[in-house]
Amino acid sequence: MKILGKSILADAGGLRIISLDIFAPEIALKVKAGQFVVLIPTAKGERIPLTVVNSDKQSGKISLVFQETGLTTRILGAMEPGDVLYALAGPLGQPTRISNFGKVILVGGGVGIAEIYPVACAMREAGNNLTVILGAKNKNFLILASEIKAIAQDYYCLTDDGSSGEQGLTTDKLNALLSKGKYDLVYAVGPIPMMREAARITRDFSVNTVVSLNALMVDATGMCGCCRVTVAGGVKFSCIDGPEFPANDIDWDELEKRNSMYLDKEKHICKLKNVS
Amino acid sequence: MKKEPIEAKELAVDKRISGFEEVVLGYSEKEALAESFRCIQCKNPTCISGCPVNINIKEFILQVTRKDYAGAYFTIRKTNNFPSICGRVCPAEYQCRKACVLDKSKFAYCSPEAINIHFLERFVGDYGMRNNLEAPIEKDTKSSKTKVAVVGSGPAGLCYAGELARKGAAVVVFEGLQSCGGVLRYGIPNFRLPREILDYEINYLAKLGVEFKTNVLVGKTVSLDELFQQGFSRIFLGLGAGVPSFLGIKGENLCNVYSANEFLTRINLMSAHKFPEYHTPVNIGEHILIIGGGNTAMDAARSALRLQNMRGLKPDVRIIYRRTELELPARRLEIEHAKEEGIKFEFLAQPKEFKGNDQGFVRKLICLRSELAEPDSSGRRRPVVIKESEFELDCDLCVMAVGLKANQLLIKATPELKTNQDADIIVNPESMESSIKGVYAGGDIVGGEGTIIEAMGMAKKAARSIIDNT
Repeated sequence: MKILGKSILADAGGLRIISLDIFAPEIALKVKAGQFVVLIPTAKGERIPLTVVNSDKQSGKISLVFQETGLTTRILGAMEPGDVLYALAGPLGQPTRISNFGKVILVGGGVGIAEIYPVACAMREAGNNLTVILGAKNKNFLILASEIKAIAQDYYCLTDDGSSGEQGLTTDKLNALLSKGKYDLVYAVGPIPMMREAARITRDFSVNTVVSLNALMVDATGMCGCCRVTVAGGVKFSCIDGPEFPANDIDWDELEKRNSMYLDKEKHICKLKNVS
Repeated sequence: MKKEPIEAKELAVDKRISGFEEVVLGYSEKEALAESFRCIQCKNPTCISGCPVNINIKEFILQVTRKDYAGAYFTIRKTNNFPSICGRVCPAEYQCRKACVLDKSKFAYCSPEAINIHFLERFVGDYGMRNNLEAPIEKDTKSSKTKVAVVGSGPAGLCYAGELARKGAAVVVFEGLQSCGGVLRYGIPNFRLPREILDYEINYLAKLGVEFKTNVLVGKTVSLDELFQQGFSRIFLGLGAGVPSFLGIKGENLCNVYSANEFLTRINLMSAHKFPEYHTPVNIGEHILIIGGGNTAMDAARSALRLQNMRGLKPDVRIIYRRTELELPARRLEIEHAKEEGIKFEFLAQPKEFKGNDQGFVRKLICLRSELAEPDSSGRRRPVVIKESEFELDCDLCVMAVGLKANQLLIKATPELKTNQDADIIVNPESMESSIKGVYAGGDIVGGEGTIIEAMGMAKKAARSIIDNT
């Protein structure tokens, strides 16, 4: 639970994306692509889930990537190598189903880019042909681009302001690619509007699409139901049944609303603790 | 002359609802003595068979009358490891007190005349705790060579750990959450079971040599096979029933519809009632509904009312139950406490549908009226919905306390572990051994939702079968 390393992947306009290397040998030994951990930074902190982006069995290290958005991620962002997390447990969730699907498109938006990285690695290892579409606000937030580019057959990046790659949306690029060629699987992680749009687009091309959801969680072990989502009309718990689900079966509207349940409290605590 | 039952003193209502302090203050020595003298010391006592772990109730009460509190403590400790906990949370009015010859009730729970065994047990348990009385360690050479893993630190796991540690076994308890106690920690609020009591019992086990490893999810972080490879020769699974049930009605996923587990975990484990000092939030509403009639429903209702009061809202919490007050499965004392604190009840009502606003927050609950028909398999009268009886209740926060199912994290990761149709682990009822050799189980993961003392009873049985067969 000790922090071994820290790197600032992006830092612009008061927004930072940070990567932490944490000593967690048992988790490093077990974790598979698509799984996450739950952690509490300090004694009075919240339990938050974070995807394991990288792991190394030999050194017992796992890497977590997060954007400083609320109080908990800011506290985590202020921690330094040598500091010890108050709690860390995992690996949680179902691993990504990895197999040789053929031609796979991976779409990563914002900090979601970090989450597609382990899946990209595993898919590549399984012999898939990878097309990667990365999207960010501007070039500063285009994290892990060189690492991902190195394992992709086709690589596209899009920014809101055109400061790197093309100006535009990842989902428009997805639409363009699917219109031109045949793909066997789409895997998308990013903000809800992006994943929802990806689901809408891929439905028209009837291509199998998987997304990893970021539902709110408390225990993250299946005991509270905070992360429940409606998938194909049935209730699933993101923490134990997910976090990945078929994109076209998800009730996006419900997920978006449930994820905003504590926005006023988050604003309040950030203001109080002077981190807004 | 007939002696009146001695009631335990309680915190005043206004003080109760301004925080989470313990409500029942317990007996003074004088009160405990007076109550103990009410016991008629039956020649053939019936109370003992009413206790799931068969505490020698007659004997310990006799010892209290003689002011031999240490003796009484050791009498209880022979069969119950946690008297201070059980004296606070056991549904005594359905168990030992219901079996007391002084009981005059025709219901499932006893009348006030039955001896207040639970208050006496608590008095004795707290005496033992205050005086650091320690149950004797009876190391035997066979058990000393055994290395045992306990999965889950709830009532079953703690009880099992204590039993084996006292025999000298090397015991390691694995807990998935950041602190130990299981449902005693995340489920039961401080106003029923103060954290100091739980911490004392856990520290006591640590002093006995039990090692606690938190943040370990057996099944995920480490498998049962790996535990055996690490040198554990026996594994006990006290996984608990922690998966919340929902009703499957429309609107159940609206914002501010909580499972009782989530609502209580946020408060009890994460201290959301101290937000923003603690960082986990919990929402609160002006019109709160709680669905269900068990202890969890009472705990959720009383916690919600405290939060309303602490945040300056006018208390408005209502329990929705499909039967009547008589059938409420909660402890009678907690029902009384809930009423005293201002919890309202809507009996013979069955939730049908939630309605929300444009932002996705719950606003109304539509219910149907029910009436009671003949008893069902549980022995309670079955509620039957009355046609066209819809009515609407204001509701901006709802807590579903409609039951819990077996925890699945380890079970799903261990396909060779046989389970029944409820996904509970199947064990040999004599040895408590599961379908995997050397792996035992007890508590709610075996029996479904039960009481803490029942869980302890199963844990003791499993411990006994290991001690005898090592």
